[in-house]
Amino acid sequence: MKTLPLQPSPRSLVAGAGGWRGPGRVGMALLALAVLLALYPAYGATLFPAQHDFIMEKLVTMMILAIFAMSLDLLVGVGGMVSLGHAAFFGLGGYALALTAPEYEAASVWLTLPAALGISAAAALVIGALSIRTSGIYFIMITLAFGQMFFYVFNDSSFAGGSDGTYIYFRPTAELFGVQVVDLESPLTFFYVVFGAMLGTYALLRVLLASPFGRVLRGIGINPQRVRGVGYNPDAYRLVAFVIGAMLAGLAGFLSASQYGFVNPSMLSWHHSGTVLVMVILGGLGTLHGAILGAFALELLHVIIEPLTEHWLLVLGGLIILMVLVLPRGLAGLLEGLNRLGRRRETGGGADDDD
Amino acid sequence: MDPTFFLIQVLNGLQYGLLLFLIASGLTLIFGIMGVINLAHGAFYMVGAWLVWWFAGQFDSFLLGMLAALVLAAALGWVIERTLITVLYEREHLDQVVLTYGLILVLNELQRILFGTDVQGVPVPEQVQGSLRLTENLTYPVYRLMLAGICLLVAVAMYLVIQRTRLGMWIRASAANREVAATLGINVRSLNALVFAAGTALAAFAGMIAAPISSVYPGMGDSIIVISFVVVVIGGIGSVKGAFLGALAIGLADTFGRVLLPEFSSFLVYALMAAVLLWRPTGLFARA
Repeated sequence: MKTLPLQPSPRSLVAGAGGWRGPGRVGMALLALAVLLALYPAYGATLFPAQHDFIMEKLVTMMILAIFAMSLDLLVGVGGMVSLGHAAFFGLGGYALALTAPEYEAASVWLTLPAALGISAAAALVIGALSIRTSGIYFIMITLAFGQMFFYVFNDSSFAGGSDGTYIYFRPTAELFGVQVVDLESPLTFFYVVFGAMLGTYALLRVLLASPFGRVLRGIGINPQRVRGVGYNPDAYRLVAFVIGAMLAGLAGFLSASQYGFVNPSMLSWHHSGTVLVMVILGGLGTLHGAILGAFALELLHVIIEPLTEHWLLVLGGLIILMVLVLPRGLAGLLEGLNRLGRRRETGGGADDDD
Repeated sequence: MDPTFFLIQVLNGLQYGLLLFLIASGLTLIFGIMGVINLAHGAFYMVGAWLVWWFAGQFDSFLLGMLAALVLAAALGWVIERTLITVLYEREHLDQVVLTYGLILVLNELQRILFGTDVQGVPVPEQVQGSLRLTENLTYPVYRLMLAGICLLVAVAMYLVIQRTRLGMWIRASAANREVAATLGINVRSLNALVFAAGTALAAFAGMIAAPISSVYPGMGDSIIVISFVVVVIGGIGSVKGAFLGALAIGLADTFGRVLLPEFSSFLVYALMAAVLLWRPTGLFARA
């Protein structure tokens, strides 16, 4: 990455965003965590016989939130679009399943999943087109307002149970030529399907970010004027990213609705948008794995603290304030810092050998 | 629609709009002067309503309760500015959003701990109970008229302070350019704290005078903040005039929406916002 291209390529827009470096120390640690997670169903029952089912369920919830957080990281951490209405797409994905599923039999994944993604994408296209023309604080307020609009659509009207929400009695089935491919009703299968979805989302976004599109998007997140000056149209790139992020959020909502068999308007509420934003920041912006870490860490805290006190939200609020004050680069930044510290100690105080 | 009914709805809409103005004006000033987006502004509305409920009960007087609550709310705003908001001046919007979001959770939960989770009511003060006969077959509650009048007075007072006083000159200068204002000898630090405390007190005041006509309940700031954002977006961020007109427009649209299209009433407000944005992406009175 030390070459200077004659013509500005998307790559050159971001200094230091180098090519594939291979997993470093942090990467190895994350990989180990992923393996630990993937193998959990194998050893969980022996380690925690009493709580195994509960932990399985919580892990699935965390993985779904991780997908949701990554989808927001694409907007906030990469594209510089601070959206406070992202839960709307999560909720739309869930409601798409609830509304297209037949009442007395399982819905087909092949029908309901495209519906969920399509509805999220369509909504994102409209909201995005209206809000992307603005930036900064305007973008924050407008996405918040549109997100709340969708909340009220489901909260105030009667077609999907209103504020009570509605049930989905069967998890969707995936059949090919009349043969069931995977049985989502089985907790083990569902665990691995969600695990696959999380890995798939991560891989997709990694590939996307390494592509010319991703380079331009990252450049826009850092300095839209410069990117415009080089001849790209930031708005078009932002809109595409907004729609992709919304579809992935829709996927997360779809999975969440399948998991609990229940949707209600709080899925779309702006508190949900706020929480997922906190996950992304807690993890560390723009890193993708940070979003996963943040989702797991926050939900883990939730699971641990909630039974201890009825004022979990007070703890959460205090932690959020503390996080902004003392941990501006999130857990991923903390990991990098520790890693750098360790490396410096090894090389005897040498400079970073990052690039 | 019969004209009496129409007139009542207009009054309701204006009164709701004026109430929104009290909240949105603080929001827009705090952004205009300090460049801080404060999600917790709605929580101050909630704080005001709960404080007046508690103090009015203690003192057995709405007016005394309101005075005590106002002082406490302004002090709260001052402390929050000095301890937390001051950190945010050098931070990005994202950090501002997240920290003030955390603040909402803390304030909401503190309210639950201190005052419980039941829905409470604040009685309309005795002196202004009853209704006023406006025309032959139109009566309207005195308290609601008074509420609208008070909000209007506050709006006029705010206009005078900002346009006609030295303090207002500092505020305008600081909003136009913080660095230059500081260079010219304006104590921006104190000004920030003052404006934030005043904005907090305004939002809390809105909660106080709204308490007798709405009820007092946990999390009551969470929906008012979103609608206040809509007002600010429509009016143009940083513009008090825009906030005023935006608030009236939203107040009327919401009230008539509830009556005419109850299923879509909340939708209508956002449709209005979308329409304004299509026409003017930065609001009606955005500063260049």
